[in-house]
Amino acid sequence: MELVEAIILSVLAASTPLLLAATGELVTERSGVLNLGVEGMMIVGAACGFAGAWLTGSIFVGALFGILAGTMMSLIFALMALGLAVNQVATGLALTILGVGLSGLVGAGFVGERITPAAHLSIPGLTDIPLVGRVLFGEDAFVYFSIALVVAVWWFLYRTRAGLILRACGDNHVSAHALGYPVLRIRTFAVMFGGACAGLAGAYLPLAYTPFFIPGMTAGRGWIALALVVFSSWRPGRLVVGAYLFGAVTILQLHAQGWGVGIPSQFMSALPYLATVIVLVLLSRARSGGSTAPAALGTVFVPDR
Amino acid sequence: MQAHQRMFDSTPEGLNSGESPLLRTIGLTKRYGDFLANDSIDIDIWPGQIHALLGENGAGKSTLVKAIYGLIQPSAGEIYWLGERIVLSGPSEARSRGIGMVFQHFSLFDNLTVAENVALGLDGRESFNDMSARLAQVSKTYGLPLDPRREVWQLSVGERQRIEIVRALMQDPKFLILDEPTAVLTPQESDQLFIVLERLKSEGRAILYISHKLEEVKRLCDTATILRGGRKVETCDPRRETAASLARMMVGGEIKEVKAAAGRTTTVPRLVVNDLSLAPGEAHGVRLAHISFELKGGEILGIAGVAGNGQDELFAALSGERLSKDPGTVVIEGIAAGHLSITQRRKLGAAFVPEERLGHGTAPRMKLSENALLTGHAASGMVHRGFIDTAATLKTVDRATETFDVRKAKRDPEAASLSGGNLQKFIVGREILRNPAVLVVSQPTWGVDAGAAAVIRQALLDLATAGAAVLVTSQDLDELAEIADRIAVMFHGRLSAPLAASEATREKLGLLMGGSMLEPKEAAHAVGA
Repeated sequence: MELVEAIILSVLAASTPLLLAATGELVTERSGVLNLGVEGMMIVGAACGFAGAWLTGSIFVGALFGILAGTMMSLIFALMALGLAVNQVATGLALTILGVGLSGLVGAGFVGERITPAAHLSIPGLTDIPLVGRVLFGEDAFVYFSIALVVAVWWFLYRTRAGLILRACGDNHVSAHALGYPVLRIRTFAVMFGGACAGLAGAYLPLAYTPFFIPGMTAGRGWIALALVVFSSWRPGRLVVGAYLFGAVTILQLHAQGWGVGIPSQFMSALPYLATVIVLVLLSRARSGGSTAPAALGTVFVPDR
Repeated sequence: MQAHQRMFDSTPEGLNSGESPLLRTIGLTKRYGDFLANDSIDIDIWPGQIHALLGENGAGKSTLVKAIYGLIQPSAGEIYWLGERIVLSGPSEARSRGIGMVFQHFSLFDNLTVAENVALGLDGRESFNDMSARLAQVSKTYGLPLDPRREVWQLSVGERQRIEIVRALMQDPKFLILDEPTAVLTPQESDQLFIVLERLKSEGRAILYISHKLEEVKRLCDTATILRGGRKVETCDPRRETAASLARMMVGGEIKEVKAAAGRTTTVPRLVVNDLSLAPGEAHGVRLAHISFELKGGEILGIAGVAGNGQDELFAALSGERLSKDPGTVVIEGIAAGHLSITQRRKLGAAFVPEERLGHGTAPRMKLSENALLTGHAASGMVHRGFIDTAATLKTVDRATETFDVRKAKRDPEAASLSGGNLQKFIVGREILRNPAVLVVSQPTWGVDAGAAAVIRQALLDLATAGAAVLVTSQDLDELAEIADRIAVMFHGRLSAPLAASEATREKLGLLMGGSMLEPKEAAHAVGA
């Protein structure tokens, strides 16, 4: 029982950064922009988040630093890909390379330092319930926030006019422009939201997951988050399922090694990507008509004035 | 002031149903770099009138209506709305003042529902439920049925246009702009649209109607303004003009008449399609079902139909861009070719001209000589032992230039630098100079000016006279009537039995384009023809 509870807790912890980053990227992609720089924005968020928390002693300030750093990174992307209409794939990849370098620079002075990690919720009585107590009532604030965020994003996309306009930009930017919507401004906000989420996801790692910063600590989670958006076929509900599934695979991989199961760890690490490919194939076979991806995804838009 | 004076003179007398025009532009100019898309245009729009805006491609019609709808800012000139000078900040301001627009390339969102699409075209002051209720009411009032919950990609072109019109009408516009609304409609669907437009007119609304179809304009419109090269040429009463006189004003000269040679004889079957069926290749594609026809040398077969009914898929199957499992489905010059590649089919004597000029017919950033090589390498002696014979490729460019009057700035420019009409003449010329036994050509004069269109049609007729089999896909029924010997119609991936051109009336073709079947007797007759 103890072991099951421990595994569930570690799966939740491993899934939260994926869920946060993927939620941001989902909104970005729904507006028609493909930002492949998630990994770069995350790692800068991690370095700045740790720096903020170490300097002020406050996890909250650290999280804000992470969000701010991710947003700044995404603004570089927005300037290039939206303002100057540079190819989005190239810009995104460059952003990741930039982010990895920048985080090393920012974080260099903090390697080896420790902070007190984010506190976990504790409600006497509820948190002590065996098995489910700590899972439901004993998490840190990031976990609850990430779930609230997905619900809010779902509500925004499908229940508000602003969300409808955002989806419209992702479906057909020419039409959206013809109807008088400021496509580039809307996309800039979507990219900034994606950056903020990625920065927070990155900050989660040194603030809650491990209480210290090491260079490259995102370890490909940004790429998994990108795969996750495709896996979810751009729908928030499926994103939650996918995030916990991918998180579980990561944890399983660690435990499998511990138990001496004869599956190569490389195979387990590749599972999320393999799952994404399989889902893509299944989706394209299942649907006969409309496209699942935002139709304008990744295409450059220059309004004529 | 001379221009102003002319403006008042140019509105035909007795048509002014109001005291002052609803909308007036004075000296409206839009400049893109050195290029004047609109040069000092004056136009008056009166309530209760349908006003046609005519002109060839590139004459500046779209630029003008975009400026009136607030999509682009004019470089100079003034717009008056109800006598008051306005500067539109964007389409939403135009809409709130009572200007609505139905776009040529629909401004719809394929993966959103009808109701969501309509909501996006409104200003969002009412709740989604109130909007849906009003949508149902408007669509009922004007006889434009729509199912608000369906996603747009599932709908036909006619239904999509209905969304656009309903969306515009829900703003209760005083002035509605329609950009080539009938270009993609069957004749019957067009008639239904005209009923709606007449009704809007009787309600006192003004309509600006852009069209290429002059007969339609004569029938429907009270006033016509003709643009040429970005300038206003004339404002006239289209009912007092002939289609030919309107065309002359648009082109600025006589258009050469296309003539078929007398005594054209048909020879052996050169392109035969047997029961061709093909699953769609992409998400929104059409499934081809049991297509069969036989095309003899010396003959032109026209394929009519509303865009998106499988014409692109048929072209891909004939050209070899998509292969068929059964070789016998496509027979070129007596050889089963369904499984052969494009190059192999070219070697059999076939040539292909796709609809899309840039990106499909040519590589836009490559020179014309290189583009000549791309389709001519297999069978035109441009390659020796794997090396390109540059002189031979340039010779092809020169011959095409000379024979088909291709106008360009230098001997061998990039394909993208040519105008649409000139590039199309080059592409058709490139293929015809290879002396093909079979030519498959899709939308040969789409977006091409009238002069170039006449050259291309004449070239197709001459090729058939020389003994080749020519298959022409077109949405322009007048074009098919002009050059085709027989006309078949594509609908939902099926091809009707061909009708002899003399029997293929607009009504019959229209019914087929809308999916109705002809009487069995008539169809049997058509097969025999």
